[in-house]
Amino acid sequence: MNEFKLGPANNIPPGEGRVYRVEDEKIAVFRTRGGEVYAVQAECPHRGGPLADGLLGGATLICPLHAWKFDLKTGQALYGDCGLKTFSVSIDASDQIILFR
Amino acid sequence: MDALADKKKLVVIGNGMAGARVVEEILARGGAEQFDITMFGEEPTGNYNRILLSNVLNGSYKEDEIFLNPLEWYQEHNIRLLAGKKASGLLRRAKLVYGEDGQPEPYDKLIIATGSHAFIPPMEGTTMIDGTLKPGVFVFRSLDDCRQIASWAKGKHSAAVIGGGLLGLEAARGLQNFGLDVHIVHIGGHLMPQQLDPGAGAILKSSMEALGIKVHLQKNTSQIIGPDRVLGLRFADGGTLECDMVIISAGIKANWEIAAGCGLTVERGIVVDDQMRTPDDPDIYAVGECAQHRGHMYGLVAPLWEQAKVLADHVTGKNTQAAYHGSKVATKLKVMGVEVASMGIVEPQTPEDEVVQFSEPKRGTYKKLIIRDGRLVGGILLGDISKAAYLMQAFDRNTPLPEERLHLLFDIGDPPKQVTFAEMSANVQVCNCNGVSKGAIVACVNAGKRSPKAVMDATRAGMGCGSCKAMVADIVGWACGGETEEDPSVHYYVPGVPLTKPELIRAILERSLKSVSAVFDLLAGGKEDAASKPGLASLLKTLWKGEYEDEKDARFINERVHANIQKDGTFSVVPQMPGGVTNPAQLRRIAFVAEKYHVPLVKLTGGQRIDLLGIRKDDLPKVWHDLDMPSGYAYGKSYRTCKSCVGSDFCRFGLGDSITLALKIEQEFQGFDSPHKLKLATAGCPRNCSEAMVKDVGAVAVEGGKWEIYIGGAAGSSIRKGDILCYADSHEEVLKLMGRFIQYYRENAKYLERTHGFVVRLGIERIRAIVVEDSDGIAERLDREIAESKAAYKDPWKDAWLPENDKQFASLLPILQ
Repeated sequence: MNEFKLGPANNIPPGEGRVYRVEDEKIAVFRTRGGEVYAVQAECPHRGGPLADGLLGGATLICPLHAWKFDLKTGQALYGDCGLKTFSVSIDASDQIILFR
Repeated sequence: MDALADKKKLVVIGNGMAGARVVEEILARGGAEQFDITMFGEEPTGNYNRILLSNVLNGSYKEDEIFLNPLEWYQEHNIRLLAGKKASGLLRRAKLVYGEDGQPEPYDKLIIATGSHAFIPPMEGTTMIDGTLKPGVFVFRSLDDCRQIASWAKGKHSAAVIGGGLLGLEAARGLQNFGLDVHIVHIGGHLMPQQLDPGAGAILKSSMEALGIKVHLQKNTSQIIGPDRVLGLRFADGGTLECDMVIISAGIKANWEIAAGCGLTVERGIVVDDQMRTPDDPDIYAVGECAQHRGHMYGLVAPLWEQAKVLADHVTGKNTQAAYHGSKVATKLKVMGVEVASMGIVEPQTPEDEVVQFSEPKRGTYKKLIIRDGRLVGGILLGDISKAAYLMQAFDRNTPLPEERLHLLFDIGDPPKQVTFAEMSANVQVCNCNGVSKGAIVACVNAGKRSPKAVMDATRAGMGCGSCKAMVADIVGWACGGETEEDPSVHYYVPGVPLTKPELIRAILERSLKSVSAVFDLLAGGKEDAASKPGLASLLKTLWKGEYEDEKDARFINERVHANIQKDGTFSVVPQMPGGVTNPAQLRRIAFVAEKYHVPLVKLTGGQRIDLLGIRKDDLPKVWHDLDMPSGYAYGKSYRTCKSCVGSDFCRFGLGDSITLALKIEQEFQGFDSPHKLKLATAGCPRNCSEAMVKDVGAVAVEGGKWEIYIGGAAGSSIRKGDILCYADSHEEVLKLMGRFIQYYRENAKYLERTHGFVVRLGIERIRAIVVEDSDGIAERLDREIAESKAAYKDPWKDAWLPENDKQFASLLPILQ
């Protein structure tokens, strides 16, 4: 597993998500208003919706295209049995986002 | 300090459907952390479904199948159930409840849910000398009664049920299964007097008799004959009836003794206020059949559920404003295979009440509706209850009925909708957006989801354009046998904040909450709900206008980037073009942008504008800069645009200047947030070329220099011709009246409720009274709100190439390593 520095946490406005390209993979990283960070695959498994453009409330994300809901902690869809790939991510002491892949 | 010592003691007297339900509601509100719960239950078991007792008697259910809360449930939730122990006394000053054994039980909060017992009318020979019922005489209220009736009935020949109400008929139905000759003896003139009128009662009697039950009306039983067991009945008119057993089902009486014994106000039941509290003691509540609210007592489960929710909200402090306002009683049932639906009153009460009636005794069909001011106040359906779901909903919600009364009773010439749900094949697609079939909805109900909202969340039915929501709700109701659970959040403005829209507006203004995060912090216990964010943002903007503190994350992506997201994640850009009027300079700029950014599709919209589709998020600010035109808001839950026909300048039929009016309308309302889209149009004559009659708000010029104002039209997923609000003499008058309606809609519609739903829900008369006649005295304020919203308008494209956050439009952020 490798560690990647994604840059300062405040590049992501509170309650929103942004996409990063990590090697060959696009990853959506979210920063909640409560200060937690989550990272999942960038595209919705349903029709490829851009998840980083979704609505975030706590750890629940709503895809902008057809309103599918996901729990970002587990990647699990809140209905249906599909899920998202999740990544371990954190914010270090100097407010940098660190992702493990 | 010991955490447990902090908990308050909650004691519930009664472990029937009311007591157990209220505890479930309290647990659902986190009550286990606040209270140690103790329940007194007179019966030695957990809580069972009393409604199904007649099914146990007739053998279609086994005893253990009707339990709602088996004993393990109490253990799992750490509830101390004193099963088989009756509470016998209450000492309010010391806050103690006494059990029959004299053991005191201290409480901080007390809930009385003692229910009711069978009323036994005075009849000679009912009891033995020791006060017990004569052998062969029974009441029918509990599982134990059920067992005793069943064991006595074996080998007997005939049974009489005293009382022709709902419970009596159910008992009769149960008894028939033992091969007995069953008689119903009723003191009144017709069966089921609570639910039916004489006409329906007579038809039900024929139906009962066809099934072999003998019905004796206007028979006052004066004596139960037999020295040591039942041999027959004697009536006041001198007649007799031989029988081997008697079930007394002549009504119920509330169990209020424990309340009366300690000085609580008791009339027919224990008197409670709108919070289900006794007026004498703020720590004592009463709920269910023992409670009397605003003079009414309820014996059905639906009101009990509503009461339990309010009580739980209040006692847990979850919502201390929660109030019970009484229930509208409606019921749907099957008596011996005869389907009955009944709601509200059974006879007209004023000379103005309109009665719509149909009777076909030969087929056992009877239908009667009582209508007051265009709304349903009472109804009886017997034999054919295919319209029950619709009528019960109209009754419960007090919605206006269609003028054509015939359609209220029958489905005549309507297209496929009239296929009853039972006949509808399981693979019929109900939700055409998300491809959900009737079978999938029914499967979801059978898997335990009992409310329309829960089923919609789980299956996604109704979550696309939303036009099938009513049908999904009807199918859920049908699949639940009419016993749907109502999700309380349907009354909230947004699901994540437990307040109705008026309550929410009051709280926001009182506490000066200007951002979505502040609303979650102070009104939702700090819990964010993603789906609730856009609705809150819209309302806050409507209320605070320029003072609203915008938080981008609260907005749907379209409103964050002021463009409409497409299936591939690109966006569409629609510049403002009111009335569909443009000029060569604008067209040149649009052409220039389309080429410069390689726009894959340039298309005219339905709103008479030009759409540039397939633009990358990163390019949006540059596109706006190069266009140098204001945003057309083609992406928002907001005022969209006003289209127009050519009007009087060129058209040879034009009666009014519709183009100028459209331009003025756009200037007036541009950028307004609203509960849903607002699409407007103006037409220069009644030929209606711009389709103004099917818009959210429209104006149509008519001869004589006047404009007809239409509201609540729709021509999208729903189609509806708007209602005429009023006539106006000038453009200025049109703007003023449209503005008032729009503001009233913004303040009162649920989030995502289009004007066509809103106008139907409130009724055009009510809206006209408020908006045109100023019946509520708010017109001046509505006008002022509109003027302030207009003053706060800012074109979102204007400075967007200097975004506050330079990452707002970046589709990909760079990484450091």
